[in-house]
Amino acid sequence: MSVSLALPVLIPLLAGALSLAFWRSHLAQRWIGVIGTGALLWSSIVLLKVTWQDGIQVMHMGSWAAPFGIVLVSDLLGAIMVLLTGITGFATALYSLVSIPREHEKFGYYPLLHLLLAGVAGAFLTGDIFNLYVWFEVMLVASFALIILGGERAQMEGAIKYVTLNLFSSALFLSAIGLLYGVTGTLNMADVAQKLSQVPEAEQGLVSVISILFLVAFAIKAAAFPLFFWLPASYHTPQVAVSAIFAGLLTKVGVYVLFRFYTMIFADDTELTHTILLWMGMLTMLTGVLGAAAQYEFRRILSFHIISQIGYMILGLAIFTPLAIVGGVFYIMHHIIVKANLFLVSGLVYRLRGTYELKELGGLYRSHPWLGLWFLIPALSLAGLPPLSGFFAKFVIIRAGVEAGEWLAVAVALIVGLLTLYSMIKIWNEVFWKAAPEGCEQREAPPYTHQGNSLVMYYLPIIGLALMTVLIGVAAQPIYELAEAAAEQLLNPVGYIEAVLGAKP
Amino acid sequence: MKIESSIILRAAGHFLLPLLIIFSIFLLLRGHNEPGGGFIAGLVAAAAIALYLFSMDIQAARKALYVDPRDLIGGGLVLAVLSGIPAALQGKAFFTSLWWPVELPLLGEVKFSTPLIFDIGVYLVVIGSVLTIVLNLAEAEEKS
Repeated sequence: MSVSLALPVLIPLLAGALSLAFWRSHLAQRWIGVIGTGALLWSSIVLLKVTWQDGIQVMHMGSWAAPFGIVLVSDLLGAIMVLLTGITGFATALYSLVSIPREHEKFGYYPLLHLLLAGVAGAFLTGDIFNLYVWFEVMLVASFALIILGGERAQMEGAIKYVTLNLFSSALFLSAIGLLYGVTGTLNMADVAQKLSQVPEAEQGLVSVISILFLVAFAIKAAAFPLFFWLPASYHTPQVAVSAIFAGLLTKVGVYVLFRFYTMIFADDTELTHTILLWMGMLTMLTGVLGAAAQYEFRRILSFHIISQIGYMILGLAIFTPLAIVGGVFYIMHHIIVKANLFLVSGLVYRLRGTYELKELGGLYRSHPWLGLWFLIPALSLAGLPPLSGFFAKFVIIRAGVEAGEWLAVAVALIVGLLTLYSMIKIWNEVFWKAAPEGCEQREAPPYTHQGNSLVMYYLPIIGLALMTVLIGVAAQPIYELAEAAAEQLLNPVGYIEAVLGAKP
Repeated sequence: MKIESSIILRAAGHFLLPLLIIFSIFLLLRGHNEPGGGFIAGLVAAAAIALYLFSMDIQAARKALYVDPRDLIGGGLVLAVLSGIPAALQGKAFFTSLWWPVELPLLGEVKFSTPLIFDIGVYLVVIGSVLTIVLNLAEAEEKS
């Protein structure tokens, strides 16, 4: 047991509580924001290191033994996800210093940000299904509030769709939990994984129903086809820093849970679930990328691309060979960093030009050539050009598809890659390359939408994340090994079960 | 707009406020093994202040509370999170309950514990959030 296991949850909780306690002082909240997310990043690095060296970490919260109490568990996948949470959180906190207007700070932006991070980290670390539900709710409450902060008409409209579908998903999730508890008598993930294999023949049908209920619930959270439309309706409405953290983390929690459940827990009836996942993955990819092609608003294009990228990850899970799972995990790592970064870039473009509409933008390459580079790195990585991170992620998944003989899926993945490139080039052409339209150069974002005049804090996180993208591409081997070890743990849940419940006599 | 409250309510408000606060503290301390605890105690205390608000006015209610309710939310949350940490310092899992029984004259054995600190945190958060809402609504009402 290591203390580092609980820190990624406790630090944001404490930071959130402290910034609520200092609600009068904006300065204190900003400092707590940076220090708190910095500490979260540090603790997540420590956690990954400990998990890598000493194997799966387990902490019985309040010393109540599993399977009765709530356990926090970090296997490699969980630790990797927490690290990504730390990275995104820290980058966003820096970015927020300049991009979040004072009015929003006044209405509790920072406490909500910490609460959101606590919810995300908790969902990645918990080893209990009901506790997972609680963390989902924590996350949703925080994200509801963040999405309507500012109270513009478009935000309300987006938030209503977001809230309705997510509540529906939570209701499904909760009913599935109830049924699962009825069948197995436990909600500890390790215990459930063990007990499901002993369910009598007569109740196998019920297990399939539960499994599909969970699948639908998490597919909504992950914004998979056909229940994705809440995402493009809402993600372009809040502040960019909020969009970035939503785009990077929230849907990936859904994907993470799919990976956790359909490798470890519901792995007996793969015929049914993984066929559904395969089609879901392909259609998600296609609809996402085609939706993006029709859009001419910076953040809406990016939102649709989240969906199509989610498809790749689900595809990795659906093919369900060791290599495919490795590809899926690698894809998640690459995607969170790249996607958050693209949103941050869109925010900087807005800061410089005061609009997200591609038609009204242009000429940024002439005035800000370096920004062009910082956009191109994540954009080309998203499209999968070597030697950037996206290339290896796509390569592993497509190779797994070829080896498994899923030719249709491979074809779809390749076409979607090409269309992604088209979309990114479209943004590049419209925003950076084409001549600036009349009057565009003089426009700037109105002062009430941000703070101060310095652009340093805009560039810093963007450059940091872009360098990380390059690093994942150049040093793909160690990252690949990490993903391989994580996939290995997922496919052989015995280690996880023994770590949580103790070795079987 | 100011509605004159009835004289009975005004007279009773003075007596009920301290009684209800004492009752809420009783509920708070009774919790853990018997019905009670921070949440319900917080609701009772918040109801006491709200009753006082109706019988007197907003200024009087704010004065009776001494602090801004928003401070209670933050302070209570910090307290609740901190209550999990002493166990970790002793090398146990976070939020493991620690008990420190103390013999006090007159009272007999009194058990101080980390769950008590957590409950006090919850108590403050509940009072703070309920009263933030109630006082803001009352002020909005008064302005209109």
